[in-house]
Amino acid sequence: MLSVKENLIVEFSVELLNKFSDVVSRYPGDKQKSALLPILHLVQEEYGWLSVDAMDKVALFLNIQPIEVYEVATFYTMFLLQPQGKYLLEVCRTGPCCLVGAEKIMTHIENKLGVKEGEVTSDGLFSWRGVECLAACGFGPVLQIGPSYTFYENLTEESVDKLINELKDKAKSEA
Amino acid sequence: MGRKLLLEHIHVPGINTLAVYREKGGYRAVEKALKTMSPEDVVEEVKKSGLRGRGGAGFPTGMKWSFLAKPEGVPRYLVCNGDESEPGTFKDRYLMNNIPHALIEGMIVSSYALGANTSYIYIRGEMMPQIRIIENAIQEAKAAGWLGKNILGTGYDLEIYVQPGGGAYICGEETALLESLEGKRGNPRIKPPFPAVAGLYGCPTVVNNVESIAATVPIVNDGGEEYAKIGIERSTGTKLISASGNLVKPGVYEIEMGLPVEEFIFSDEYCGGIANGKRLKAVVAGGSSVPILPANLITKTINGNPRLMTYESLADGGFVSGTAMGSGGFIAFDEDQCIVRNTWNYTRFYRHESCGQCSPCREGTGWMEKLLYKIESGNGSLADIDLLWDIQRRIEGNTICPLGDAAAWPVAAAIRHFRDEFEWHILNPGESQQRNYGLAHYADPLEPVTQ
Repeated sequence: MLSVKENLIVEFSVELLNKFSDVVSRYPGDKQKSALLPILHLVQEEYGWLSVDAMDKVALFLNIQPIEVYEVATFYTMFLLQPQGKYLLEVCRTGPCCLVGAEKIMTHIENKLGVKEGEVTSDGLFSWRGVECLAACGFGPVLQIGPSYTFYENLTEESVDKLINELKDKAKSEA
Repeated sequence: MGRKLLLEHIHVPGINTLAVYREKGGYRAVEKALKTMSPEDVVEEVKKSGLRGRGGAGFPTGMKWSFLAKPEGVPRYLVCNGDESEPGTFKDRYLMNNIPHALIEGMIVSSYALGANTSYIYIRGEMMPQIRIIENAIQEAKAAGWLGKNILGTGYDLEIYVQPGGGAYICGEETALLESLEGKRGNPRIKPPFPAVAGLYGCPTVVNNVESIAATVPIVNDGGEEYAKIGIERSTGTKLISASGNLVKPGVYEIEMGLPVEEFIFSDEYCGGIANGKRLKAVVAGGSSVPILPANLITKTINGNPRLMTYESLADGGFVSGTAMGSGGFIAFDEDQCIVRNTWNYTRFYRHESCGQCSPCREGTGWMEKLLYKIESGNGSLADIDLLWDIQRRIEGNTICPLGDAAAWPVAAAIRHFRDEFEWHILNPGESQQRNYGLAHYADPLEPVTQ
């Protein structure tokens, strides 16, 4: 669902616009729409999610209709249409990871953070969700954290505790 | 020790860099192809090699290349399919992560063979670290003159770009991938026309898997006939197998085609047997979409012959008593695993990943998911099993792309081979809810091998 309640007004920086132009140069002259997915990734990396205003501005940049951006942003699961926690923990919940304990890890994260899947902790630091196969089945259970999509493999309840504590410390030091 | 063609140098420190990759003989295939072979010669060697598509379909790569239309004045494209999302399959991520130049070298050789001057590597968006690794490798290769204008002074120009996906399994299907690369939703196209005639931007296009493209390097280096000497019958060369589940040593292994399945599971060279001293209950041999087989059928065919890691042997018996090589995603289940819950999990995956274009897939996957959850949680009835069977049958073969089949086959195979376990869930609802899977009723798991 498109988020309209927090329709933030964004202004793309010159640096970001240059990155957009670099992406567009990868395709033949009249095929700039091909740049849509890479550009949405860049916008999400910058703002953490995709607001309607940001998507409209992407449409303007690529000279396509806003609906063409919305239909792509709503189709692909990586594009976030609501604000998330500073750290979004995405845990693989597909078969091979479940064979080695992914469900236990998700329950543990839920209890540890005290929020349900899709919710944000009150300090705004964390949210989490189960995602489908992350292509690391031999190293499960696994989770990833965007926007760099750093991977954590062979998870245990202890390693998850350690990771969450490290992220809290990191956020404190950055504050 | 089996022969290694792709992962031979995997443990060499720095093999991800151009310098070390070159030290180990990297980019010899580019030099040989561009300086001493015509594009047709390269296609011919790939044909001779017997290489079959490593993404899952197993279609002969050389034949696929020879279908490429070559109208005058129209660009041709090579698109590498790195949208690895099939549950159980993680070989391409491993290859790109550790030996990125093997893919770049294969891309140059393959693009040359096809007459493509611009090629794209479509990598699933979740693999952002691997995307950066591949982009870095492209820059290294370009700086060293292996890419760009007039490569090695031969007059051949090539640019390679990486395209990140957005997190949709369906984009592993070649026409959905092309739609996505054009900046659209990943809805598969109706074929024909095939991409070889009208692919990316309506131009002739070949879409190949990461592993298939990397395999062209040893084929050019050693010749197609040498490559074809490895393996058995129509399963030539080596294959990357991603092993996961309840194994002592899960991971990515390069095997010579023809290795007995039993040796792959139980020998120390490969998976090292079933973890925690448990018995092997079942295996999904080629990624979640291929039929699951109980332990006794994965190591031996219905005729009692040893089952081998080849396209033919794994498929022996068809889908009644056999399975498929698929993408090489090998998932092992120990005796404690619940087939019903596992089937529900995969069905949820396919419901989540269905693009929604075809009603049988869109509606059928959700319906199957609900029924499987109902049975798994102890609320099912015996009639639900027959209903599940009926739904999967109505999905298979009735959709534009094979995602419908991929959703139907695991359900069909689970019912075919483990119907008693479905019945057990229905007849023992209390125990089901306590997650006591009641596996004592399952008669024939493989005992652990004592070395």
